[in-house]
Amino acid sequence: MQRLEKAMAETLFFNALREAIDEEMARDSTVMVMGEDVGHYGGSYKVTKDLYKKYGDLRLLDTPIAENSFTGMAVGAAMTGLRPIIEGMNMGFLLLAFNQIANNAGMLRYTSGGNFKIPMVIRGPGGVGRQLGAEHSQRLEAYFQAVPGLKIVACSTPYNAKGLLKAAIRDDNPVLFFEHVLLYNLKENLPDGEYVLPLDKAEVVRKGEDVTILTYSRMRHHVMQAVKTLEKEGYDPEVIDLLSLKPLDFETIGASIRKTHRVMVVEECMRTGGIGAEIVASINDRLFDELDAPVLRLSSQDIPTPYNGAMENLTIVQPQQIIEAVRKMVAVKV
Amino acid sequence: MVQERTFPTIQSASAQVTQEEGLRLYRDMILGRFFEDKCAEMYYRGKMFGFVHLYNGQEAVSTGVIQAMRPGQDYVCSTYRDHVHALSAGVPARNVMAELFGKATGCSKGRGGSMHLFSAEHKLLGGFAFIGEGIPVALGAAFQSKYRREALGDASFDQVTAAFFGDGTTNNGQFFECLNMAALWKLPILFVVENNKWAIGMAHERATSQQEIYKKASVFGLPGYEVDGMDVLAVRAIAQEAVARARAGEGPTLIECLTYRFRGHSLADPDELRSKDEKEAWLARDPIKKFAAYMVEQNLADQSELKAIEKEIQAEIDEAVEFALGSPEPDPAELYKYIFAED
Repeated sequence: MQRLEKAMAETLFFNALREAIDEEMARDSTVMVMGEDVGHYGGSYKVTKDLYKKYGDLRLLDTPIAENSFTGMAVGAAMTGLRPIIEGMNMGFLLLAFNQIANNAGMLRYTSGGNFKIPMVIRGPGGVGRQLGAEHSQRLEAYFQAVPGLKIVACSTPYNAKGLLKAAIRDDNPVLFFEHVLLYNLKENLPDGEYVLPLDKAEVVRKGEDVTILTYSRMRHHVMQAVKTLEKEGYDPEVIDLLSLKPLDFETIGASIRKTHRVMVVEECMRTGGIGAEIVASINDRLFDELDAPVLRLSSQDIPTPYNGAMENLTIVQPQQIIEAVRKMVAVKV
Repeated sequence: MVQERTFPTIQSASAQVTQEEGLRLYRDMILGRFFEDKCAEMYYRGKMFGFVHLYNGQEAVSTGVIQAMRPGQDYVCSTYRDHVHALSAGVPARNVMAELFGKATGCSKGRGGSMHLFSAEHKLLGGFAFIGEGIPVALGAAFQSKYRREALGDASFDQVTAAFFGDGTTNNGQFFECLNMAALWKLPILFVVENNKWAIGMAHERATSQQEIYKKASVFGLPGYEVDGMDVLAVRAIAQEAVARARAGEGPTLIECLTYRFRGHSLADPDELRSKDEKEAWLARDPIKKFAAYMVEQNLADQSELKAIEKEIQAEIDEAVEFALGSPEPDPAELYKYIFAED
């Protein structure tokens, strides 16, 4: 046990991501990073700090501020055999690259009849931060979920961030990889040895019997904060961190719902057309007979995220709302 | 009719061609022309659907540029008007025709259609249907060549990429963004503008403040040339220079080819805005007739040799139609195939 602990190192979230990129670049010389300030500056959240010193300016390519064009360039590089990782300085900026992500990264393999594959990762900070204003507080995972051909991943801990990013880099498909702007300084003991996590598996964070809570990204931590209180009150919720937003891991989700028969989605994206909306529809399609109550959604308000701190807090889901929702849902007698 | 630009002329000494090369160029242009004529016929006979954009009149550009490259090794990136670029790059006419018929034997397995022709084997990066979106993709292929040469030290990757697009695209940001990056990193790429004067119904002079597109290269620090796009030898001469520069690691070139489409924007376009006078003036400059006359004049071919090529190509096109007609539809059970790399 002593030896095992020695083999673990406490790692910050952004460094876990950096380790993943470093390891994959060392392993495969076709892996490279491109984006705004990924080289000399080290990335807006220091995920690629000093990697250019090790791998040079071509493998850590600082691009001009031209999202649609450098994203298209990554598509072309991927079609011809490289494995580019794009950093969206803020994932919201990817709205400017929507065409390249949807038409070319997402659909080109299909429209080309399998002529080309597009192994690329688009990663960076998403979500609502602290008073960053509406444009820097986007949840584009919801906007992109309808695009065929994309995989969408949302990491939430240093451990899963590293293992999932390594898997995303090795995957032969375009992967949108959402980090969260408020999670970069989380710490966790990571295994010393190499590990890779499957891209399409959800994580059961807490086993329970009363209700299934499906969540992802930063909301996992809000849920777990709520669970502390709920446990004291005698509730026993099952918490699932989706990790993969597309495809959804319905094996894990289904197993949980067959046990609890009650489902709640806690998400940071907006309610309309959100990830939760898709989950609710899919649960109705596949598992309706298992449900003892309508599926509940706790989502962000359908508004541009306001700057004012108090209003911002009202816009996204808070732990207290989760607590109240669980109490109410579990109280429903069948 | 707007005053036409004066056509740049090219020194004949630099535009000479051997008999063998001349016949190859002629054959390639005839292939493009006959293929497109057959498409029009098949479209009106209800054999192909959707938006079909024909290339008639612009053949000297595709042939002049792509035949100055190494077809099959160098990358070609096209637009929605992509049939003839695909043919010049070496994609067999039968696989292009089958794609237009939506058949399983099409170069995109019937999933792409007229505007989405692809062939990894022939280094055709695609037909890109939205304006400007192919340019960054082409840039990525060019970046890949540089990356393998310089970051991975593999000198064998000396491919050049050609990105084709029209005058309308040069008012789109991706054009400027990519000129900047290509020049910045000295990428081995040719930006080939097919200035046919019309973006569907928008006349170039109504959309563009600086109409001489080749001049836009200078502000990004790359060479820009204008060339008579109805003269295959002129296009080829400029392209050869640009390809040599790119291969030598000296960076990108912008080539503005002054050309004209002999048909409407697509087969669905009533083509009501272009004047009769303008069309006639350009039809009189038909690049194929012009080059045929040159070949005969220079004793590189006689009429019967040219006729023989035309006959051969016609047979190839007829065979392509037979092949397409006889090919199977894609298997409905494979509707989901090719969404992901594992499929």
